[in-house]
Amino acid sequence: MNDNNNLFFEGVAHRYGDNIDTDVIIPARYLNTSDPNELALHCMEDIDKEFSRKKREGDLIVAGENFGCGSSREHAPIAIKASGISCVIAASFARIFYRNAINIGLPILECPEANADVEDGDRLAVDLEKGTIQNRSKKTDYKAQPFPEFMKEIIRAGGLINSMKKKLEGK
Amino acid sequence: MGMTMTEKILAFHAGIDETKPGQLIDARCDMVLANDITAPIAIREFYKIGRERVWNGERIALVPDHFTPNKDIKSAEQAKIVREFAKKFEIKNYFEVGEMGIEHALLPEKGLVLPGDLVIGADSHTCTYGALGAFSTGVGSTDLACAMASGTAWFKVPESILLELSGKLPRYSSGKDVILKIIGDIGVDGARYMTMEFTGDGIASLSMDSRFTIANMAIEAGAKNGIFPVDDSTLSYVEESMKSGLREDEQKIYEKDPDAYYSREIRYDLGTIESQVAFPHLPENTKGISEVGDIKIDQVVIGSCTNGRMEDLKIAAEILRGRKVKKGVRLLIFPATQKILLDAMREGLIEVFIEAGGAVSTPTCGPCLGGHMGVLAEGEKAVATTNRNFVGRMGHKESEVYLASPAVAAASAVLGKISSPEELAL
Repeated sequence: MNDNNNLFFEGVAHRYGDNIDTDVIIPARYLNTSDPNELALHCMEDIDKEFSRKKREGDLIVAGENFGCGSSREHAPIAIKASGISCVIAASFARIFYRNAINIGLPILECPEANADVEDGDRLAVDLEKGTIQNRSKKTDYKAQPFPEFMKEIIRAGGLINSMKKKLEGK
Repeated sequence: MGMTMTEKILAFHAGIDETKPGQLIDARCDMVLANDITAPIAIREFYKIGRERVWNGERIALVPDHFTPNKDIKSAEQAKIVREFAKKFEIKNYFEVGEMGIEHALLPEKGLVLPGDLVIGADSHTCTYGALGAFSTGVGSTDLACAMASGTAWFKVPESILLELSGKLPRYSSGKDVILKIIGDIGVDGARYMTMEFTGDGIASLSMDSRFTIANMAIEAGAKNGIFPVDDSTLSYVEESMKSGLREDEQKIYEKDPDAYYSREIRYDLGTIESQVAFPHLPENTKGISEVGDIKIDQVVIGSCTNGRMEDLKIAAEILRGRKVKKGVRLLIFPATQKILLDAMREGLIEVFIEAGGAVSTPTCGPCLGGHMGVLAEGEKAVATTNRNFVGRMGHKESEVYLASPAVAAASAVLGKISSPEELAL
């Protein structure tokens, strides 16, 4: 699993559409556990039965509008991260998912341009710090929305828990 | 520039005079909440922070309501983690099975949420409490862990959409039809990252139960929160709920300023809103009941944090009284809290449901998220008063959920197909 100190990722894109909800990312019937590896076995299975078999460490998910809508279950970004996915790129994210992904250290980028152009199987290289995405298969570049400084600090601290620890220790 | 209700509540809790959309703030919480699905991860993360105490044992609510009464061994283990944590850290508002209800019906009923509060919960439907004029929003388990340790959370001040309601709903329409109509119009991301603030003289005619239903589904339009102004109905509801003595502090009533900024304003005449049905697999796929066509169903679910309150059970009982559930259809009814179940029993509603051929359950979120107590098989169709109809939401990925009001759900149970109560010629 990526520990996020490295802000450069390269892998193959798995394509999905708009409004990918947290119920399809990890169906509620598997929420009787919070073990990341067990959750990863069922990630995306209701819309893509092959996902857990075909994804490789470092691969990326590229999707459309409102990715992660629905339930607040943190099991969704946890399942994606434990699947070895290095980064999720979407045209837009639902707000709780966006927050959860940053809090647990799953890199995400908003990029409508990538959603419009990337095809399933394209090889992508992402620089999170710069917010750039290279499509090595199509030889094109996309520019993503940069993170606000406040969120970069959470990412640099290695997630919200570490940043909270520092804050409370400082008191 | 004036402020919206939400901006005022956020400013107060951040200890600053004003806030603007886009501003990042650290704010104090009045109540933080988690359930048996989200609390175990929050507890795991809480321990990583390394605190020996929680921020305030009276301002944390833990409600095991999703896979309880425990549906399997793994769920029992999850519930046990929550129970033991509650005991160890002296969490006053831990509700065990028997006193437990569905969290978003239970907290307002117990007087744990008051007007002007800032509440976060590790459950997306935490936005329900906006009906009381509070700011409340769903977060993940890690945010919740940090709030249990510090009593604070970070927020980006949202932009607001103003929804002005006028008039009065038709006979069989309720809060569910209002919110489904709105989601159908603006889409499942129509209010993404935003506040849905309700206003207008039509609100006075909406019961508190209908307002809870409307605020509950603000998340289904992608909203951060939904919020209603405080009026006489709110005040009498709160007066009753505060008799529990679980909260003794004063409530704060906020009103939007006349020159507050809204990025969009939408008007609805409640009188024109007929019963709505959201088709699979998004809550935005709505149709008026008159355009639904012939859709046969296998199961009807009445309940959930959206529609398991007294008003919902009353209208369902009115429609089911003296009638029978269509042969081959399963009707499942889930009163949202023990108090609602008891009140429904005393008023004879439970008798009506059972005589009609319905199954009545103890409170649980079970069927809404395909957990237990009403999971759908391949190819089955259900009408549900719940809040989501995503792929696989209530069971098999080839099953279908149609979202509707309790009135439509009850009529559909009798006729075996999605129906308006008017088709029963009441």
